[in-house]
Amino acid sequence: MSEDIIIEVRGIKTAFGSHVIHDGLDLKVRRGEVLGLVGGSGTGKSVLMNTIIGLKRPDAGEIFFNGQRLNSMSSEQRRALESSWGVLFQNGALFSSLTVRENVMAPLREHLKMPRRLMVEIADMKIALSGLGQEAGPKYPSELSGGMKKRAGLARALALDPEILFLDEPTAGLDPIGAAAFDMLIKDLSETLGLTVFMVTHDLDSLYSICDRVAVLADKRVAAVAPIKELEQHSHPWIQEYFHGPRGRIAASVQGG
Amino acid sequence: MATDRSAEINVRQDGRNVIIEPTGDWRVSTIGRVFREVERIESSYDANTVTIDVSGIGRIDTSGAFLLGRTIHESGSPKSEAHFRGSHPTAKRLILELIERAIYCEPEMPEERYGFVRAFERIGAGLEAAYQEAVETFGFFGRTILTFGSILLRPNRFRWTPAFYVMEEAGVNALPIIAVLTFFIGAVVAFMGANLLETFGASVFTVELVGIAVLREFGVLITAIMLAGRSDSAFTAAIGSMKMQQEIDAMRVLGLDPYEALVIPRVFACVVMAPLLTFGAMMAGIFGGMMVSWATLDISPGFFIARMNDSITVSNFWVGMSKAPVFGLIIAIIGCKQGMQVGGDVESLGRRVTASVVQSIFMVIVVDAIFAMMYLELDI
Repeated sequence: MSEDIIIEVRGIKTAFGSHVIHDGLDLKVRRGEVLGLVGGSGTGKSVLMNTIIGLKRPDAGEIFFNGQRLNSMSSEQRRALESSWGVLFQNGALFSSLTVRENVMAPLREHLKMPRRLMVEIADMKIALSGLGQEAGPKYPSELSGGMKKRAGLARALALDPEILFLDEPTAGLDPIGAAAFDMLIKDLSETLGLTVFMVTHDLDSLYSICDRVAVLADKRVAAVAPIKELEQHSHPWIQEYFHGPRGRIAASVQGG
Repeated sequence: MATDRSAEINVRQDGRNVIIEPTGDWRVSTIGRVFREVERIESSYDANTVTIDVSGIGRIDTSGAFLLGRTIHESGSPKSEAHFRGSHPTAKRLILELIERAIYCEPEMPEERYGFVRAFERIGAGLEAAYQEAVETFGFFGRTILTFGSILLRPNRFRWTPAFYVMEEAGVNALPIIAVLTFFIGAVVAFMGANLLETFGASVFTVELVGIAVLREFGVLITAIMLAGRSDSAFTAAIGSMKMQQEIDAMRVLGLDPYEALVIPRVFACVVMAPLLTFGAMMAGIFGGMMVSWATLDISPGFFIARMNDSITVSNFWVGMSKAPVFGLIIAIIGCKQGMQVGGDVESLGRRVTASVVQSIFMVIVVDAIFAMMYLELDI
């Protein structure tokens, strides 16, 4: 094998009742890359992410992490795997009964043994890292705005310094400055830590500035996976529309395309 | 995934410089045991003189880099080259990045207060909250009455469909469970009466006992408590989740009065259905008492009914019935009011549903006691 594959999705089929979302979907994620996943509304981007992280069982097909089948892992392997990924859900999915700091501490507490004071400090560090001020730590999720919840969710996803980061529309609902800072943070982390990032996004700026490759969901499967410059030339009509519509053109020109 | 090597740290004095030699993996899973040592270094050496030798470090992540950074972040120029020696693919960059981004400060631990003063503080806060709740509930009641008045002036504004829906949901569908419950209550009262009165040779008075207890109190109380547990929580949850999803705000913006659309149909349905349910409950309770009397005391149903006719005045029935709409009103008002008070988060929804059930059962029993005193004074 020439490339180092960390996640491999093979022949996934997902259906809700008679409504088929994915049919024979294949996807490979390379170690250390930032992979963007795009697709029209209702093409099952979030569903695919949930399937990969094991929240939804596919109706057919297999998922491999580091060459190991997700479904045949022992509970111990599964636990080790789960502590090596971080997931940011679309709306943060923070525990509403815990403060932001306690939210970030939750995975530390669950998986590691360390002095409580160090835990608090690490939590505060992750909160600062995700771009929230220190005053956010003692607040409850209900006291935060949508963008702040997202950052707190990222802080929690990063708590265990994961190898793989799953992000579901991380920059949606952020102001452009915050979104750019978010992009830079992801890029920095993936470069310094060798983080693999799997990102569902519609933010064309994110796609251009940080994604190494972009996967396009269309016709119930991954229609194309390629660096964005190559994807622009792809002949699939939806991809053409996506990158050469008015918004795509602007993002491409700003990024010095 | 390679297994982690444990983190170690070694400190060496070199002239006036302090050289720190971390070895092993500095990852979130391994740094727990070197935490104290790093703290000691931080407090006992001048940060300006500290140099970190990064060459011995295995794998490092942000938490490890953060902890190492603590030894130099207080120096005048934490980014100077003098603080680092040796080479490592990422360690130096990561440490510098964290010094730049993260805020190093003592986390303030929230302090828990206990003791005597705290106990009084809590009692005081609880009383104030209860007072506030009472004022708000009366305010809500007033607002509902006003809305109802305005609907009386323009009756076509009344929403029959949701009203009938609630009547079916909270009323008709609750009848079986209420009937079964009061059947057993009536039976239990009859059993107790039979046992106790037999010792005086006055077991025939079981009829009066069952009749009066079920007609005056149990029929209406069981109905009210079931309504509070079953429908009140449903009202709060339904209105509360609409509030959470901003549906109430959307109604306001569209010019719909949420009181008119949500509260009035529920209040109306409860006030109408409570007496009907109470009637069903009374019948079931008396039937339960009758069955037990028949089985244990040989009082035939025919005799039971004749005896009731003779010795129990119809006013007992009306006492019970008169309370039903009042209880229905209390339950609907509290349920809707708590629903309207749900905030933006799931926590508050749960809290409000609990509060609404507890408050309505509490109020039903308090008002029942007030009714009892009132009817006592009136000699009914």
